[in-house]
Amino acid sequence: MTATNGQTTLSIRDLHVSVEDAEILRGVTLDIPAGEVHALMGPNGSGKSTLANALMGHPAYDVTAGQVHFKGQDVLELETDERARLGMFLAFQYPAEIPGVRVASFLRLALNARRETEISVMAFRRLLMEKMQMLRMDPKFASRYLNEGFSGGEKKRNEILQLAVLEPELAILDETDSGLDIDALRIVADGVNRLRGSDLGVLVITHYQRLLNYIEPDRVHVLIDGRVVESGGKELAERLEAEGYERYGAAAASEDA
Amino acid sequence: MAVKDIDQVGLDTYKFGFHDDIQPVYTSPKGLSEDIVREISRQKDEPAWMLDFRLEALRQFERKAMPTWGADLSRIDFDAIHYYIRPQDRQARSWDDVPEDIKSTFDKLGIPEAERKFLAGVGAQYDSEVVYHSIRDDLEEQGVIFLDMDSGLREHEDIVRDYFGTVIPNGDNKFAALNSAVWSGGSFVYVPEGVRVEIPLQAYFRINAENMGQFERTLIIVEPGAYVHYVEGCTAPVYATDSLHSAVVEIIVKEGGRCRYTTIQNWSTDVFNLVTKRAVAYRDATMEWVDGNLGSKVTMKYPAVYLMEPGAHGEVLSIAFAGEDQHQDAGAKMVHAAPDTSSLITSKSISRKGGRTAYRGYVQVMPEAERCRSNVECDALLIDDRSRSDTYPYMDIEESDVAIQHEATVSKVSDQQLFYLMSRGLTQEQAMAMVVSGFIEPIVKELPMEYAVEMNRLIELQMEGSIG
Repeated sequence: MTATNGQTTLSIRDLHVSVEDAEILRGVTLDIPAGEVHALMGPNGSGKSTLANALMGHPAYDVTAGQVHFKGQDVLELETDERARLGMFLAFQYPAEIPGVRVASFLRLALNARRETEISVMAFRRLLMEKMQMLRMDPKFASRYLNEGFSGGEKKRNEILQLAVLEPELAILDETDSGLDIDALRIVADGVNRLRGSDLGVLVITHYQRLLNYIEPDRVHVLIDGRVVESGGKELAERLEAEGYERYGAAAASEDA
Repeated sequence: MAVKDIDQVGLDTYKFGFHDDIQPVYTSPKGLSEDIVREISRQKDEPAWMLDFRLEALRQFERKAMPTWGADLSRIDFDAIHYYIRPQDRQARSWDDVPEDIKSTFDKLGIPEAERKFLAGVGAQYDSEVVYHSIRDDLEEQGVIFLDMDSGLREHEDIVRDYFGTVIPNGDNKFAALNSAVWSGGSFVYVPEGVRVEIPLQAYFRINAENMGQFERTLIIVEPGAYVHYVEGCTAPVYATDSLHSAVVEIIVKEGGRCRYTTIQNWSTDVFNLVTKRAVAYRDATMEWVDGNLGSKVTMKYPAVYLMEPGAHGEVLSIAFAGEDQHQDAGAKMVHAAPDTSSLITSKSISRKGGRTAYRGYVQVMPEAERCRSNVECDALLIDDRSRSDTYPYMDIEESDVAIQHEATVSKVSDQQLFYLMSRGLTQEQAMAMVVSGFIEPIVKELPMEYAVEMNRLIELQMEGSIG
């Protein structure tokens, strides 16, 4: 399928996922090697967010067939928190609000959940401030309640902050660009780019090509009606921007029949 | 009457003024009668007026029907209770008799050895003399009185007589009447005019069996411009022999004074916890009740503030946590008896494993109490589908020029919240505990630091095994 430079971090084989008995993903196959950024593009309703949620193990998403391996482990056997501790991360399109829980206390607990020894309060503080500075966030942000009363842009930036602090090996960004103005988009993209490296695999899920101007993908996949119908280099994203998804409409419809 | 021989159990360990001389050890037989009330008063060598107060209360108790509007109290057997046990007798229980789940909670909370024994009712006294002593000296210099109620009555009868039973009369309600008849222990606090007590006064500092008895009675008087924060209870489970706890707390806050009364109580789950707490606040005075109810089988508790003069302000912040087979019926009562008074009620309840919580609140505005403001917010959090929460907000507003707000929410821990937190590596239990801690954070942040830490730890413990 994809040309891999390194070891394959995430491997998805023929994944079928249903939500309330409606099949949304109908056989997705994808590989994301360590250190690569892949974009998954598709129109609304094509199943992009379903893939993100199913990969992370949301209980409302039923995997009816197929396999997902991450670092060689069968993740479909694992609970959501176990997947997280194995190194998977999902930046949510709509992060949940947790009233009364401060960003800093939440993040420290989350970081400790994946460490063998607890990070000291001081060391954590330094780490958090450094990452917040990178994302040009006001230090006061750390003591706000998690996502409560955050603007759309603040929520997205907070997701990237968590990504930066937790340092996973696979980051799934679910429509991180939606609801962001151009400045916020730049800051978020800049944050992701700094985290790019030999270890981190990234799956950028987006409707628009816009984000990919700032986070340049190694590969682009097109998801239509629950299947990956085309894969290519970054030029594929540019073509989609110019032509839209309509050219796949016929193909998708004929497969439906 | 089972008057025993003089007991040699270390009376000298009662360092806080309970007993200067050796007295017979006495445990009342089960059940309640005039003889028992007389005997309690005699044992304590009380003045005649207190005996009269007790006897009148007993008559009130016998006349009054059981309240039927709240939790189910039909399983209380008044004849099966010892109404008075001298503290010495309580030492008789052995550590081996303490239930395993209570011991393991002590472990998890990291309660020191000496305190465990006390909390479990094994040791009669937790030796906190060293801690308490220096504090007591500071207080004495300021003229602050901080004694157990029995000593208060003995040493400051004139003050006690002026205020005792004035805020909560002996016939106020069936359980206040019961307490008035058989009360023992509790605290007496007097803060002279203009004195600010900078550290919270903790009953815990001079903890002893009598202080945390089943029928303790507390009286706090805050003179004009004075301030005190009183803290009772602790988060560790209190293992009681008798299944009824019925306390009375009366507070008087005079002009410009401020009193905060914080309770964190975690009774063992066989206890009926039926407490009457009421304060009167005069001109520009502030009274705040911070009330955490965990544990117990049934709790009925509605801290009240009577706002008597203009500028008075009352607050109740409460948390109730009901687990399996528990019913927490808690709330608040605010009586606006004067113009320009204000009140704030914030109630948070959590139900899980079929537990039941209720917010029962009463806001009254008397005629001509103009420009009053009252704000009631009660939020319930349900952990699962089996649990239940009810809201009973009563309003009795007899004046039109007022601003009254009431807001009630019931929420569930959502799958989205759990998924979000778990996607960051938190286990389901950690995630659940985090949502719950966040829910009560607005109240926990009002607690003294060590209580806040323990409270959060306790929530985590409560959430263990709550999944599934």
